Amino acid sequence: MQRRIPLFLTAGIGLVMLAYFFVPHPLIAGPGHFFEDSVIIVVAFAIVLGSANVMQYNGEIVMRRGKDWPYKLVLLLSMFVMVGIGLVEGPRFLDPETKFSWMYNNMYAPMQATMFALLAFYIASAAFRAFRIRNFEAGLLAAAALIVMVGRVPIGNLISSQWPHGIQLPDISNWIMENPQNSAKRAILMGAALGVMSTGLRIILGIESSFARSGQGR
Amino acid sequence: MRLRILGPSSLAHREAPSAPSLGGLTAWILLATTGLAAPHPPRAQASPIAAPKADSASAPAPQLPADLSVKDAPDDDGKALRLSWEPPKVASPTAATALLIERGTGPSGPFERVDSMAAGTGEAADDSVARGRTFFYRVTALGPGGRSQPAVLGPAVPQAQWFRMGRVNVASFAVVFFGLVLFFLWSARGGRKLFIRRIPGIDAIEEAVGRATEMGRPVLYIPGIQDIDDIQTMASLVILESVARTTAQYDTKIIVPTNYPVVFTLAQEMVKNGYLQAGRPDAYDESSVRYVTTEQFAYVAAINGIILRDRPAANLYLGAFFAESLILAETGYATKAIQVAGTANIHQLPFMVVACDYTLIGEELYAASAYLSKEPRLLSTLKGSDYMKVAVIAIVLLGAVTESLGFTAFKAWFQTQ
Repeated sequence: MQRRIPLFLTAGIGLVMLAYFFVPHPLIAGPGHFFEDSVIIVVAFAIVLGSANVMQYNGEIVMRRGKDWPYKLVLLLSMFVMVGIGLVEGPRFLDPETKFSWMYNNMYAPMQATMFALLAFYIASAAFRAFRIRNFEAGLLAAAALIVMVGRVPIGNLISSQWPHGIQLPDISNWIMENPQNSAKRAILMGAALGVMSTGLRIILGIESSFARSGQGR
Repeated sequence: MRLRILGPSSLAHREAPSAPSLGGLTAWILLATTGLAAPHPPRAQASPIAAPKADSASAPAPQLPADLSVKDAPDDDGKALRLSWEPPKVASPTAATALLIERGTGPSGPFERVDSMAAGTGEAADDSVARGRTFFYRVTALGPGGRSQPAVLGPAVPQAQWFRMGRVNVASFAVVFFGLVLFFLWSARGGRKLFIRRIPGIDAIEEAVGRATEMGRPVLYIPGIQDIDDIQTMASLVILESVARTTAQYDTKIIVPTNYPVVFTLAQEMVKNGYLQAGRPDAYDESSVRYVTTEQFAYVAAINGIILRDRPAANLYLGAFFAESLILAETGYATKAIQVAGTANIHQLPFMVVACDYTLIGEELYAASAYLSKEPRLLSTLKGSDYMKVAVIAIVLLGAVTESLGFTAFKAWFQTQ
C-alpha cells in the first residue's frame, strides 16, 4: 500500500497533465492548472528541507572541527547574514536600494562572474586537446572548427573579402552551421524527444517505480 | 477591456487620449442648453483612433468591411469569441480605418464598448466573455468620412472544446508511439528477448565505480542542475539508484551534491534504496547526499571544491547541464578522474565529448536505466522508441520529397499549434 499510493498518484496526475495538453475543457484544464500551481507550493516546502540539510551537514563538521571546517563556517555565517538581512528588509528585500541587493550585486555577482569567466580558459584548454589531428575524422573536425571560428570574427571577413561571393569564410562558416551542424543537432533532438516520451510513459505507467520504493529495496 | 489582436495590425495602437471633437463640443452645448447633458464639458475619451466628423464636402462615410462575423474561438476553454472580417482595401475612399466594437447580451443592447481595432488586422479575439452565455456585437466602421451605420453580429455563445484540433498531429504521433510501446511490452511479457545494442558509456559506469574502489577514492555523481520537473533529472535519479547499488556492493563512498531541495530528497531515497537492494543498509551514509545551493555557479564552485579536495576517482555527470558543464569536466580531467557524462542538452554535448572519457548522447541518457536493469518491461519502451525513430526517418524523407515536388500539405499537417 505504501508503494501503491505514490504510483497511483503519479499515474493519475501524469494522465491528467497529459490530457491537459490536448483538452482545453475546464474539466481537465482546471485540475491541470491546480497541479501546476501545486508544484510551486511543494517546492517552497522543500526549500526548508534543503536549508536544514545545509545547516546540519556543515554544522556537524564545524562542531567537530572536521576537514575544511573554516570553509563550512564561512558558508553558514554567510547564509545566516544574507537570510537575516533579507528578513529585516521585509518583502521588498530585492529592491535596488536594499542592503540585500547591495550584497548580492557586490559580493555574489562578482564571484558568479569569476566562475563564468573561468569557462573561457577551460574552453581554450579543452580545444587544445580536442583539435589534435590523429586521423581523418579528427582532421575534418579541426578544419571545420577553424573555418567556423575564423569565419565568425572580423579577421575572417578581412582574409576572404577578395574571394568570390558565396565562398567567403563567413559564408562557409554559416553554411556549416546551418546545414551539417543543424542536421546532426536535429537528429539528436528527435532521438532525445523520443527518449523523453519513453521515460515519461515509463513513469506514468509505473514501469519505472524506483522513486516509489521508499526504504523498501526492490 | 481590450480585444486581443490575432492578425497583423496596419495601424499603430495609440494610447494617448484625443481632444474632444468640435462636433462633440457643439453637440454638448446644444444638449446642455436643453438640460439633457451634464453641466460639464465632455472629457477626452481614451479612444486610440478617433474618427473626424463627416463633412459633406470631403470623404464619404466608411463602409463596414465584408465578411464580418463572430464565432466561438476554437480550441479554448469557452471564454473567448472571435470576430473576423475581410481587411478593407486601403486605396478605397470608403475603406474603414478602424472598427469600434461593442458587446451586449441582446440584439438591441445595451452595448458596452469593448475596444476599437485597426481595420487591417482582419480578426480579433474577445477573451473576457463568460462560458455558455449568449453575446451580440455591434460593430461600427470609422474612417476619414466619419462613422458607418453599425452592424449587429450574433448570437454567439462561447463554448469549451474537448480537444485542441490544432494538436491532432501530436496526438496521432503519441497514440502510435504508445501503441508500439504497449506491443513490445506485451511481447516482452510473453518471454520474447529484446535486443538492445551495447552502449559503451553505460558499461563504463560500472568500470568507473570499480576503478574508484581500487584507488580507495569516492565516486562523485552529479544529477544535473535542473529541478525535478526536467525529465533528464528524473532519468538521472533512476540511474543513481543503480550506481548506488554498485557502490554499496563494492563498499565505495559516493558523493551526490544536489542543487534543488526536491532533487535532494529524491536523491537521498534513491541512494538509500540502492544500498538496501545491495543488502548493505548499514553502509548507507546520510551525508553522502547533500543539498548545496540552487545558484548555478555557486553550485559549480562547490562541486569544484569537492573534486579538488576529495579527489573522486570517478565523476558521473548525468542530467541537464548548461554553461557549467565544461568547468566541471575540465576540473575533473585535471584530477585524472574517469569521467562519464550524459545529457540531452545538445549545446553541452561537444564540451562533454571533449573533456570526458565517455558521453551518453541524448536518448542514451534516457535508455540508461532500462539498459542497466535489463528488465524486459523497461527494454520494451526502448524498442518502441527505436521503431518510432524509423517512422520519423520515413516521415522526414517523405516530407523532403513532397516539399521538393511542391506538395506542401504534408509538411503543413505536422505544424503544431
